[in-house]
Amino acid sequence: MRHIIEIDGLTKTYVGGFEALKEISLQVRQGEILALLGPNGAGKTTLISIVCGLVRPGSGSVRVGGHDVIADFRKARSLIGLVPQELPTDIYENVWNMLRFSRGLFGRKPDAAHLEGVLRSLSLWERRQSKMFTLSGGMKRRVLIAKALAHEPEVLFLDEPTAGVDVELRQDMWRLIRDLKDKGVTIILTTHYIEEAEQMADRIGIIDHGELMLVQDKQRLMSELGRKQLELHLQDPLAAVPSALAAYRLELAHDGRDLVYTYDSHASRTGITALLRDLGEAGIRFSDVRTRQSSLEEIFVDLIRKQRR
Amino acid sequence: MNVHAILAIYRFEMARMGRTLFQSIAAPVLSTSLYFIVFGAAIGSRIAEIDGVSYGSFIVPGLIMLTLLTESVSNASFGIYFPKYAGTIYEVLSAPVSFVEILAGFVGAAATKSIVLGIVILATASLFVDIDILHPWWMAGFLVLTAVTFSLFGFVLGIWADSWEKLAFVPTLIITPLTFLGGTFYSINVLPPFWQTVMLFNPVVYLVSAFRWSFYGNADVSVALSLAMTCGFLLACLVTVWAIFRTGYRLKP
Repeated sequence: MRHIIEIDGLTKTYVGGFEALKEISLQVRQGEILALLGPNGAGKTTLISIVCGLVRPGSGSVRVGGHDVIADFRKARSLIGLVPQELPTDIYENVWNMLRFSRGLFGRKPDAAHLEGVLRSLSLWERRQSKMFTLSGGMKRRVLIAKALAHEPEVLFLDEPTAGVDVELRQDMWRLIRDLKDKGVTIILTTHYIEEAEQMADRIGIIDHGELMLVQDKQRLMSELGRKQLELHLQDPLAAVPSALAAYRLELAHDGRDLVYTYDSHASRTGITALLRDLGEAGIRFSDVRTRQSSLEEIFVDLIRKQRR
Repeated sequence: MNVHAILAIYRFEMARMGRTLFQSIAAPVLSTSLYFIVFGAAIGSRIAEIDGVSYGSFIVPGLIMLTLLTESVSNASFGIYFPKYAGTIYEVLSAPVSFVEILAGFVGAAATKSIVLGIVILATASLFVDIDILHPWWMAGFLVLTAVTFSLFGFVLGIWADSWEKLAFVPTLIITPLTFLGGTFYSINVLPPFWQTVMLFNPVVYLVSAFRWSFYGNADVSVALSLAMTCGFLLACLVTVWAIFRTGYRLKP
């Protein structure tokens, strides 16, 4: 698959000495949704800002659609749409004029039909003559997305797209992002909402302290790094795990009513058969059994903890 | 050349003027009318002709220059400072536009607004006094050159400013005093020799002098020198803007 974004050995140190990015290398596949996860100050926005031309890179190279973002900035930037984290708008201007401005800025001829389509897809058509200060926060975010789509970009950066929006709008956003992906737009989103990445992304990148810790297919990441747990609901609560079962590293939960066994689902021997046999020999009876896989959020937290140790 | 981008920025900035058309035009027209009532009619009637020109007519070029300078600086500095303040500058900086195109859009719009105002002031003045324009092409040339030069200066100011106080500082405390002391209301030839020499360090003297020459054919300093000084300042502003975009000063960290 073609790489629409190629980042190689990218570094950035701000005036004052803060090292925001350390030798980042990343390839983004055309047409995919890549979610960049990381705590505050991890370097996500700096990375996006360098690709979009808002921050000057230290060393390394960034290419978009094969065009260097410095040497061939016109071609590189014309492929990119950016929805920033904040909601910066010219509050006295109306929605329609804002979109026309964005399209013109990116060197595209006026195209009222395209702009109408963008506004309709974001449920903004009826508000096209509204001034920005009359719109709610959610509406303003939609306008920013519409502005980013006004010049028909091939790559869309969404920096915290659903920060501070209500559940309904978040669902709308997710639907819109899926529609854009279906149209072939490559989407890179940063988010604090792990659920968002879990719902939307094809691949997950995790950044912390300016380092790209991993980039992996979401399903593979969840199956490789995700723990699986067997939960046994006991007939009679236990005060402590019997010493005969210590080798299984069991945990008691819910006041001793649940026994939790964590195992590697990909191992040739999970130990479940032996555990169930040993529980029977120890006279421990259970009334229910269920399994659960760790969420992306748990994986993320685990990785960040390990990195910081 | 991204012509669509230049037009987009230009139209967007001009639309801002359209939204505030009344105060954009009414305020300068009112203040100019007051100058004519006070200096032209009330005080001017007691002042003898200067170089064969009535006092009311004499101050017209200076008043136009006063408006042109302050409006060029204010419009251009606000034009670039407001997107910085509101955060909307991200869109311009991430667009496929060069600094020359950004300049053409913002400075072009600011200069256009001040030229329009200059013409409005001229029209207003003609209601009060007789105005001759001996060198109309030179007058138009100086009008455009001054508007562009000081719009560029305003653009630099708008990038430098990181607060509303700083944005108001230069127009209020530097441009306006220099303009008042730059021969707007008098010929520097009436000053004692020492103060005439001091006044030659005021760049506005050259602008007003050359502009007044285009009206009445009389200049306090050589027209060629005035032209050279204005072009020099224009060049200095251009080099400063080039350096700003090259280094990302206050625009790109």
